[in-house]
Amino acid sequence: MKEEQPLGGKILTPTFLFCLLLFLISLLFIGKRFIYGLGAVTHMSDGYPWGIWIAFDVVIGTAFGCGGYALALLIYVFNKGEYHPLLRPALMTSLFGYSLAGVAVVIDVGRYWQLYNIFLPWYMNPNSVLLEVALCVGAYVVVLWVEFTPTFLTKLGADTAKSRLKKIMFIFIALGILLPTLHQSSLGTVMLVAGSKLSPLWWTGLLPLLFLISCIFLGWGIVVFESCVSAQRYTLPDETHLLGKLSAVMAWLIAVYLVVRFADVAVRGHLNLAFKGDLLGNMFLLENLLLLVPMGVLFVPANRRKAPLLFLSAVSVVLAATVYRLNCYIIGFNPGDGWRYFPAFGEIFISMGIVAIEIMAFLWFIKRLPVYRRG
Amino acid sequence: MKKQHFTDPIEERLKGVSRRDFMKFCGIMAVSMGLPLGAGTQIAEAITDPKRRPPVIWLHGQECTGCTESLLRTSHPTLEHLILDLISLDYHETLNAGAGHQAEAALHQSVKENAGKFILVVEGSAPLKDGGKYCMIGGRPFVDIVKETAAKAAAVIAIGSCASWGGVQSSPPNPTGATGIPEVLKGTTVVSIPGCPPNPYNFLSTVLYFLTFGKLPALDEKARPKFAYGRLIHENCERRPHFDAGRFADMFGDEGHRLGYCLYKLGCKGPITHANCPAILFNEVGAGAWPVGTGHPCFGCTEQAVGFKIPLHTQAEILQVTPDAAHAPIETEKGKGVSAGAAALLGGIAGVAIGAGAVITKNLGKSDEGE
Repeated sequence: MKEEQPLGGKILTPTFLFCLLLFLISLLFIGKRFIYGLGAVTHMSDGYPWGIWIAFDVVIGTAFGCGGYALALLIYVFNKGEYHPLLRPALMTSLFGYSLAGVAVVIDVGRYWQLYNIFLPWYMNPNSVLLEVALCVGAYVVVLWVEFTPTFLTKLGADTAKSRLKKIMFIFIALGILLPTLHQSSLGTVMLVAGSKLSPLWWTGLLPLLFLISCIFLGWGIVVFESCVSAQRYTLPDETHLLGKLSAVMAWLIAVYLVVRFADVAVRGHLNLAFKGDLLGNMFLLENLLLLVPMGVLFVPANRRKAPLLFLSAVSVVLAATVYRLNCYIIGFNPGDGWRYFPAFGEIFISMGIVAIEIMAFLWFIKRLPVYRRG
Repeated sequence: MKKQHFTDPIEERLKGVSRRDFMKFCGIMAVSMGLPLGAGTQIAEAITDPKRRPPVIWLHGQECTGCTESLLRTSHPTLEHLILDLISLDYHETLNAGAGHQAEAALHQSVKENAGKFILVVEGSAPLKDGGKYCMIGGRPFVDIVKETAAKAAAVIAIGSCASWGGVQSSPPNPTGATGIPEVLKGTTVVSIPGCPPNPYNFLSTVLYFLTFGKLPALDEKARPKFAYGRLIHENCERRPHFDAGRFADMFGDEGHRLGYCLYKLGCKGPITHANCPAILFNEVGAGAWPVGTGHPCFGCTEQAVGFKIPLHTQAEILQVTPDAAHAPIETEKGKGVSAGAAALLGGIAGVAIGAGAVITKNLGKSDEGE
């Protein structure tokens, strides 16, 4: 059986250095935020207390981090062991996505020095969705690191520790499936409280369900995306066959999602809003077209054997889930007359810096740690 | 606690001050000076320490005792609390229990014992004409007593318009040569609390500030505490909106007067008089308890060369006639829109992403063909 191996090679590639530069610049903005406060760097306001740091870094960032979860669901719950070669890279992406979402929260929360209080049981508000999200995400970050520990242990050659950890790993695998199920749906539940402030195109009692389904097909989309990029960049065994199969599963789940999504809007009687030609209507159409098209493409078996089509479909699905979350959290949200929000330069740059460090960590990990299986 | 009433026996009324009332007083003082609320605690610490309780010597010159009378009518603190618990009032000609030689002896003893530590308060102007013989106390001219006592005082406060710049008796022809204490004590900083009468809280706040922080509050060029005399009455007047809107009372008792319109045309000196009357009011009886609030134009008692100098119904010269060009916003800014930099940055990111996507797709296509 093929074992995972470090890919080796130079660390300081141009891509890495460019990301490093972006990250260093974003550090300046982060410093500015911590010295002069949120208002100095962001365009957040009382009307839009959640900007892209929550919508993109946390909500979308953790959804991108669902690759590990979505694959684990297939492998361990539906017993499809064939997907195992894809798991470790996916797990690593999840690890970065979630860990950095945690970092983003610290940057985003106004009084970050109070943040630890959320973990103190005597201050907990059991009726708060955000509490559930915070606890689940916090716990899941720990679980992800534990799940990824065998990779470090292989690198260190600590075989005894590795085999001991393996014996209790099932607990963490179970938690790794339970926790995202809870908090990815809760990220949808959070916006339930927005009520009429969120456009009826997005506000529905099914928000938690839609968030959960979309995070799963998004997770698969990310796995396909990331495998294609890595395969194109490094010499890796051809996994097109596996990715094609995964994409087929993804297309079916997207179909389920779209049925629920449109039925929900139609039953509530708001489908007319989608065709008004205004920003919200168009965003709704865009979000769903980005799903509809790849679904149609992937339903054709021949297409599933073509790597470029798999890649483009995955990109489209990832974009769709991203747009859906942006719509729910920012674009479809209207706190009242006159309020407006568009991220500030520094705000975007900090988000970009977080993505940059994610890419840097990814490059370092695959070159120095046994993540990919080599051909 | 039972509500105090003036018919209660005096012993009962003097029984003491509750902690709550005391802290309330300190808080009021801090707030009226524009100090942070925490300063109230510092003030409380300063005045509960008997060693720091300041000896106060109060001299009367040419005046009507109106300043003392208004001070006696404060209820936060009450008179007894003020002179027994807050300050050590060693000499005050209106309030002294003793009289004649006994009182004079008390003055000399206190000055001697507390040299360099006591606060000297002077109420009333000093007549300088004819050797100061128009105001004699214990056989000596008042002006000499002031000079002698002031030399040993830690701080000198001139209370009331008379002490500040001569007051009503200094109006022409000024037969006694009535002169304000700052003039008499040239070279010494004399804090002026002008007003006829001044608001007792401005006096109390100044004393407590000195006591708590060991220095005088910020003063303007006429040595008036800025916290009380930093603004024109016109700026904080409750009738200012009527002025800005051009609604005036044209004569006493007309419709505008009865509707509470601006009193400027009746000679109100608010636009040229610095004082905090509209902000802190008098006698703690609620809204409107100050001259303009009762329908009488301000006559400028706190302002030298205005009060007792410009006739009551002469209209004041206004430097800023028009209302503010822009008012302080009553709404907060409702977020911010797209900036050019942010749009460019996002555009750049999108461009790089599309480019990278295209390259990857192309390469994937190539490797497909190769197989």
